[in-house]
Amino acid sequence: MTTTQKQNEGSAGIVAWHDFTFGETEETALRLDCGKRLKNVVIRYETYGTLSPAKDNAILVEHALTGDAHLAGKYTPEDKKPGWWDDMVGPGKPFDTDRYFIVCSNIIGGCSGSTGPGSVNPDTGKPYHLDFPVITIGDMVRAQKRLMEYLGIGKWMAVAGGSMGGMLALKWAVDYPDCTNAILAIATSPQISTQSISFNWVAREAIMTDPTFYNGDYVTQPQRGLAIARMIAHITYLSDESMQRKFGRMLQNSDEYSFDFAKDFQVESYLNYQGSRFVERFDANSYLYITRAIDYFDIADAADGDLTKALSVAKFPFLVVSFSSDWLFPPYQSWKLVRSLLQNGTDVTYSNIISSYGHDAFLLETETLGDMIRNFLINRYKELTEQ
Amino acid sequence: MSTRHYNNTDELLLERHDLQTIRDMIPAGSRILDLGCGSGRLLKVLKEQKQAKVTGVELDQQKLMQCIERGVPVIQGDLDTDLGEFADNTYDFVLLSRTLQSVHRPDLLLQEMLRIGKCGIISFMNFGHINNRIPLIFGNMPVNRNLPRPWYNNQTIHPGTIADLRNLFRELKIRVIKEIPLSNRGDFLPFLGKVWPNLFCSNCVFVIER
Repeated sequence: MTTTQKQNEGSAGIVAWHDFTFGETEETALRLDCGKRLKNVVIRYETYGTLSPAKDNAILVEHALTGDAHLAGKYTPEDKKPGWWDDMVGPGKPFDTDRYFIVCSNIIGGCSGSTGPGSVNPDTGKPYHLDFPVITIGDMVRAQKRLMEYLGIGKWMAVAGGSMGGMLALKWAVDYPDCTNAILAIATSPQISTQSISFNWVAREAIMTDPTFYNGDYVTQPQRGLAIARMIAHITYLSDESMQRKFGRMLQNSDEYSFDFAKDFQVESYLNYQGSRFVERFDANSYLYITRAIDYFDIADAADGDLTKALSVAKFPFLVVSFSSDWLFPPYQSWKLVRSLLQNGTDVTYSNIISSYGHDAFLLETETLGDMIRNFLINRYKELTEQ
Repeated sequence: MSTRHYNNTDELLLERHDLQTIRDMIPAGSRILDLGCGSGRLLKVLKEQKQAKVTGVELDQQKLMQCIERGVPVIQGDLDTDLGEFADNTYDFVLLSRTLQSVHRPDLLLQEMLRIGKCGIISFMNFGHINNRIPLIFGNMPVNRNLPRPWYNNQTIHPGTIADLRNLFRELKIRVIKEIPLSNRGDFLPFLGKVWPNLFCSNCVFVIER
């Protein structure tokens, strides 16, 4: 069955993004967890496929830390790269655009079209920079809820996400349990580990101590700081095994050590490249705000630290997937989630996929993960439409 | 049982008398945990025919994928190490079909089953069956329909007999509610199973409680 479906897989094609703006007045402004309100909120989003007349086939896909609303397809035929989860989203693909209406939106706090620290503060007419309020995963979801209402969708068929995107999916489950029929939480956690908080801290320190950071009021990106932040993060997305396999101790330009501090090893050159590419597409202030939101995220907060109780509102099936070599969101964190769901009697399917790709596996193990998502969604849709 | 009308999900169980027996004893609407659920055949049947709330535990990735394809909720886990993740008394029935002899510590698994569920149902491969004893008399471990692979690479790392399992239940103070000896195709003189199950039944289903 799977093979024939794969033969029929196609691209999402040429796609376009849209902007939705809300909160022009004090009353309609977005209420934030920190107590402040955010006005004139823009949400950049893309959609793929067609919403059914019964509006029962809408799936929200959440992106990770540095992702955006461009999930699949290309804006123009000349684009070098398609959207970030193009392998998974399209006609005949696991998120099958022939069956489902897929929505992806850039989170608030980001820098890819939605309101973030780089946006203009309507009260001052100048960019927010560090005056942007500290936002949470809950705030991001609350903003998406407005988009959902705007799109006329009463209930998602599923909310899906990997990494930070999985946190948003979990937040939907707990904050808006009546608004979804399933959750797909991939390579994620009900709260991040002390180790991950530490990496985020070091990344932010790298950015904030860059002499060109100017307390967030930079005109051009604080390149060194942001690149270092990215290099650190990039290491946490890989695994010892995948790095060993990809680079080993191979040297970049010669067979001998240079006996200076230039890039000798291939892995050094690779990281440097990743860092410099990142600076071209991401905003340093956004990086601070989003990593902070990740640090603060704890789904158990909804019930004073009782994860099981917090999740008890979720009465729909979950697909939870972790990857064996993921040390940023280790499998034990997914188990923690699964344990609570089981205790609540919630339908849950959990797989810990054996992979050497580390955290990045959620973007790379498209075969196994894709089959799981495909079948989970097919069965869920069948159950919902036969009810 | 052969006169029963089978629909298509039933066909999934046709080959396995023990699974049919388990299916028939599950009350509608039960909460079921199947340890070592394989590709989810039994759970699919229980979900559809008994409106049971089912969960499977399976380690093998391929079998797990088949469960997902069938729409059976399944947890990828190791029966030797991961059952601690399941809370006390969260299921009505915990099933274990032809798996008890494949785990490191069957005795601990039995206790875990009855911690997690009110009731345990075990389908047990009887190593004391005459088809197994005969090759042993002649000096070799058996290889047959029920034990298709040789001793060095089969899953049955703790061969045991119906009599052994009864003793273990006694030792662990586990109550046996039902004992249903079963014959399979290829069993020698299956009609003698009622008289002497430990010798003439290759399979036995036990229902146990704390």
